[in-house]
Amino acid sequence: MSDERAIDSARDPFARLRQATRARIALGRAGDALPTRALLDFQLGHSRARDAVHGAVDFDAIAERLPTPSLRIRSQVRDRAEYLRRPDLGRRVHADDLAMFAAGRGAFDLAFVIADGLSAAAVNAHAVALIDACWPRLHGWRLAPLVLGEQARVAFGDEVGAALGARIVAVLIGERPGLSVADSLGVYLTWDPKVGRSDAERNCISNIHADGLSPARAADTLIGLLTAVRRIEGSGVAVKADTAALASLSRGD
Amino acid sequence: MPSYQTRIGARIYRFDDLKSVLACASPRRSGDELAGIAAADDETRVAAREVLAGLPLRRFLDEPLVPYEDDEVTRLIVDTHDVPAFAVVAAMTVGEFRDWLLSYAATTEALAALAPGLTPEMVAAVSKLMRNADLIAVAAKCRVVTGFRTTLGLPGCLGARLQPNHPTDDPLGIAAATLDGLLFGMGDAVIGINPAGDSLADTERLLQMLDELRLRFDIPMQSCVLAHITTSLRAIEHGAPVDLVFQSIAGSEKANRGFGVDLALLREGFDAARTLARGSVGDNAMYFETGQGSALSADAHHGVDQQTMEVRAYAVARAFKPLLVNTVVGFIGPEYLYDAKQIIRAGLEDHCCGKLLGLPMGVDVCYTNHAEADQDDMDTLAVALATAGVNFLIAVPGADDVMLNYQSLSYHDVLGLRHLLKLRPAPEFEQWLQRMSLADANGALPPPAQSAVRRLLALDAR
Repeated sequence: MSDERAIDSARDPFARLRQATRARIALGRAGDALPTRALLDFQLGHSRARDAVHGAVDFDAIAERLPTPSLRIRSQVRDRAEYLRRPDLGRRVHADDLAMFAAGRGAFDLAFVIADGLSAAAVNAHAVALIDACWPRLHGWRLAPLVLGEQARVAFGDEVGAALGARIVAVLIGERPGLSVADSLGVYLTWDPKVGRSDAERNCISNIHADGLSPARAADTLIGLLTAVRRIEGSGVAVKADTAALASLSRGD
Repeated sequence: MPSYQTRIGARIYRFDDLKSVLACASPRRSGDELAGIAAADDETRVAAREVLAGLPLRRFLDEPLVPYEDDEVTRLIVDTHDVPAFAVVAAMTVGEFRDWLLSYAATTEALAALAPGLTPEMVAAVSKLMRNADLIAVAAKCRVVTGFRTTLGLPGCLGARLQPNHPTDDPLGIAAATLDGLLFGMGDAVIGINPAGDSLADTERLLQMLDELRLRFDIPMQSCVLAHITTSLRAIEHGAPVDLVFQSIAGSEKANRGFGVDLALLREGFDAARTLARGSVGDNAMYFETGQGSALSADAHHGVDQQTMEVRAYAVARAFKPLLVNTVVGFIGPEYLYDAKQIIRAGLEDHCCGKLLGLPMGVDVCYTNHAEADQDDMDTLAVALATAGVNFLIAVPGADDVMLNYQSLSYHDVLGLRHLLKLRPAPEFEQWLQRMSLADANGALPPPAQSAVRRLLALDAR
């Protein structure tokens, strides 16, 4: 083992340092430029990230796999180009779809929203797995119909949660893709959702993907946070300040 | 009440007020459209420029865009305006000012003398009448030299911030990216880490590590952990080796409050950094970052276009004699700068406007994955900025920032620019590179010999 390492670092002085970071270090040089291998690796990462941003979530397939019936709700955004330019429209429910909430409205503890956000790949890959991991552990919670949000941002959940009459909204959303991870899912929790909530009033679990937080571990954290939010009757800074709750969460897995 | 109107053919274009003229005169960008203040069509844009070109520069002194009573940034701009310095252009219209800036009369010396006489609004206004080539040509005439342990902004030099970020602030991971960057001659502007968290303990740990690196290899460099200014102040109280005090800033009091700062707090950071007096060749000890769209995203733009708000942030920076000012131009996202065309234009505007106000401007030539841009576009902007004499550029390993999840320039890119355009690192840093057998006598860095690599890595972080 130690012999192997010695040989490696004789050939590649960066052998040990490479283990310490995902950053693209010690790529070599073609003159002053990137060697072809590194150039194409970069382009592959960027292409995946762009495909994730511009791809479509297969909401039909997701609806079929979910453990509960769902409502399909559009934001006010017409297409991806508008989604990227107009975050304000992605936060609001389409006027024609508001009526769909009438049937679903009730007194709920929690509403889940699955929103496409900035990575269709993340939602396609991880959203159902996360819901599946949470569902059996939510006995005793009054759960609103699950909402599938098209062209939706995090704050879309505020209007949805209010329309459903839910005390907490949890928005599962595709995160902005990086070069090395294009399918990272995030979850945002908001107590007493209503239009105009600020990001400081939310709690976030991020980096749910194959090389990050698994759906099972994310579910542990999510259940812990949900419990804390319900107990404190607040989210965001209020929960972050509750260090005991957070400490028990981080050791929870 | 002045009227803002012009006739083009049969059509009369009227603009409500000065800020509407500026907003409509701006090149098209998504942030102004999001704010609902952009020109409705291209002809309106040109009409606004017609009106703008005919306005006297003085109008911007008489008619503040953000009220004096409501905003401490406006008060700073008005109260520190240098009237004698302004005299040389005081009688000009905005259009005449553009012609003068491009004229042979506007020498490097003349522009430096004029800088304190210009307000952000005048500079933003004239930039809206300039093509990209004008922004490059005028910026190239400006010279802003600052110093700490290296001297930055000298003729023929191109600095680089080495940005070795890591998603969990792992010291070995950061050391790995730092050593790799030093082999490319990066880091003469600063070795600057964006911390993943904002904890005091992490900040102090990273500062300590970078300072040990500096002392071990006797590198003429300055380090910075880009934590909130209050964290840096506490680190200074604890005796941590703080070289530069960092802060993100914006162009209105309310937007700065969104960053958790005001002018008094910035003054506190400035005084604390100065008192440490850790610089050797200069005492510029502040590092600021800005970016178009930050005021709008804080709902603190006062109906003013995002480029003008950006230039107002430079007035804030100017008050604290910074070593470095960096516009993170493509970082903020496509809702502010939609595509490469908008990012490239904004990068050249920010650089030129900052330089005209006398600031040591650098640019993070960058984009996020949801913007319509790629590395080819960054090549275009980087070459343009290096030609325009940008003080420094951001450089990250392989152009991929694995903590902030966006793409900037790679170490390779900045090294290639230096060689292509015959630009050199800061002189103190270049001498160190030569001592380490990394740079040749001309300041160029051919691929390093194995012995030079081992020399740097043999003593790497444990």
